[in-house]
Amino acid sequence: MSADRPDLGWNGLQLLTLCVYIFMFAPIIVVVLLAFNSARTGSFPMEGFSFVWFGKLFENASIMDAFQTSLVLAVTSSFLATAIGVMAAIALIRYSFKGKAVINNLLSLPLLMPEVVLGVALLMFLKFLEQPRSYMLLLLGHTILSLPYVVLVVQARLVGMRQHYEEAAMSLGANRLQTFFAVTLPLMAPAVLGGFLFAATLSFDNITATLFWKKPGIETVPTKIFAMLRTSISPEINALGAVMIVITVALPLVGGFVVRRFAKGK
Amino acid sequence: MNAVELHRITRRFSSAVVAVDNIDLTVPAGAFVTLLGPSGCGKTTTLRMIAGLETPDEGDVMIKGNRMNEVPIHRRNLGMVFQNYALFPHKTIYDNVAFGLKYRNVGKDEIRRRVKQALDIVRLPGVEERFPAQLSGGQQQRIALARALVIEPDVLLLDEPLSALDANLREEMRVELKNIQRRIGVATVFVTHDQGEALAMSDLVVVMNKGHIEQMGAPTEVYEQPRSEFVASFLGNANFLPATVRQVASDGISVDLGAAGALLVSDAARPVSPGEAVKVVVRAEKIDIAPPGNGGLSATVADVDYLGSMARYQMELPGGHRLLSLVSLKDRALELGQSVSLQINPRHCRIL
Ligand SMILES: Nc1ncnc2c1ncn2[C@@H]1O[C@H](COP(=O)(O)OP(=O)(O)OP(=O)(O)O)[C@@H](O)[C@H]1O
Ligand SMILES: [Mg+2]
Repeated sequence: MSADRPDLGWNGLQLLTLCVYIFMFAPIIVVVLLAFNSARTGSFPMEGFSFVWFGKLFENASIMDAFQTSLVLAVTSSFLATAIGVMAAIALIRYSFKGKAVINNLLSLPLLMPEVVLGVALLMFLKFLEQPRSYMLLLLGHTILSLPYVVLVVQARLVGMRQHYEEAAMSLGANRLQTFFAVTLPLMAPAVLGGFLFAATLSFDNITATLFWKKPGIETVPTKIFAMLRTSISPEINALGAVMIVITVALPLVGGFVVRRFAKGK
Repeated sequence: MNAVELHRITRRFSSAVVAVDNIDLTVPAGAFVTLLGPSGCGKTTTLRMIAGLETPDEGDVMIKGNRMNEVPIHRRNLGMVFQNYALFPHKTIYDNVAFGLKYRNVGKDEIRRRVKQALDIVRLPGVEERFPAQLSGGQQQRIALARALVIEPDVLLLDEPLSALDANLREEMRVELKNIQRRIGVATVFVTHDQGEALAMSDLVVVMNKGHIEQMGAPTEVYEQPRSEFVASFLGNANFLPATVRQVASDGISVDLGAAGALLVSDAARPVSPGEAVKVVVRAEKIDIAPPGNGGLSATVADVDYLGSMARYQMELPGGHRLLSLVSLKDRALELGQSVSLQINPRHCRIL
């Protein structure tokens, strides 16, 4: 390494890296900063520091509704995706059966498919079944969207986890179900939790597909922001954005911390 | 009653891969049986069929006289030890060892007593509260053994349990494993590709090759009386001399080695008749070296491999054939090019 001979190329690279970081994070920082601006117009220079916009958020019933919808949707859809995903991953890694490769590919298809296509497809399918758009559709859609991530995360863990643990448990007298709960599940718990948080974050964030699927009148936080933007740029949006950032960043971080603590105890 | 019997067991993974090919095997009660063979010969697959982790395509698996083919592994009452220990990393040593007892309706106090007893047997008392990662490899392997023994299994199945340990520890664990097995008297099937382990530990060595059994017998029997070139070459260092049978007499069979001379052989794997082309097995450590002109086969030292306490020579016979000779060194090693006479006792030669 020529770290002790900094040359033009190295300096250039550092500068470029800095620019990229600024490009990536500056808008986010601006949003968070302006959320604390006391002025009515959301722009610099900031006039004073205040929590007034956060307070407004909490008073705004429609935003609180959207928040609740988003949270419930994120938790339920990621719970479903985790339950299905864990079972699918176990089947795909630990068992061999006909059509395994096909199912494996089908499961990761939502990952590659443009969300718009998926959104329209599911909507048309519903039309074909002559069902109205409903909360169920949204739940189902979000589950499908995050399922491949759960499957991938859990699969990766199962591959790394030698089958010998399960075989040892069974040789000692535990049946398949007892083995699953005594050995398999605890050993893959970090991946299951990780998959769940991943799914929850994806659902909480999602806007494109959600716009297709949601029933008129139902808003999630992202669609609510989208709707608010169409009328005006209120500093409330900045505050909402700041809250969103905290949730989507903090959730995985807390999850990671819990998983590490959990792993250390062993 | 025999602990395990395999009747004409076959396992095919595909039409091309026949991992185990029509094997018959009997493990007597209390016996230590070793499956020995090169990589991929079907040892693990055989063991896993006894365990119930693999289903035979043909044949029957009997444990204590009962047909077990359809009995799932968790109801076979087996102790298994794996190469990588497979201790549950999220459970304490106590919970690891107690694991099997919890599925056997054993009372709490009884569990505590038996776990303690098992840890005493493997000479690791007092580690109950630790986690597997806090133990060394050798200690983990002892715990794995304790976990398998505590359930008082009908059969103990060991798949290369020592190969993850370093050489010294392996030696130590080998002796200890054998002692424990003898004391408890549990019928044991041990898989290894290490001939030293197989010879040192077993009551019965089963030499496997390409899915079938080449030879089965006591350690001395498979070593001293190999039935095939494969067995002879897999166990120890063997020389194979091409020869022609000259005369079959009551005191032995004399064979013609061409330019190298003649040899008297007292043992044959099958009946032979004069004029037949055969191979003679001579173990490298059974060749005595004398100064030239003392009878025997004359040879020159073609290569010297000095190993400290031992020397390994390549002896070139007239006609160009080379013999490997292993000698423990009391004096100085021989020099390259030196002429010697090789004395081979007829009892140490065997015709294949
Ligand atoms: N699950 C499997 N699917 C397909 N082929 C397999 C499977 N398990 C084993 N085989 C094949 O069966 C043959 C015997 O394998 P096995 O594991 O029994 O050998 P082994 O004697 O234990 O070898 P090693 O000393 O390397 O462990 C090998 O050719 C192996 O590739
Ligand atoms: Mg093997």
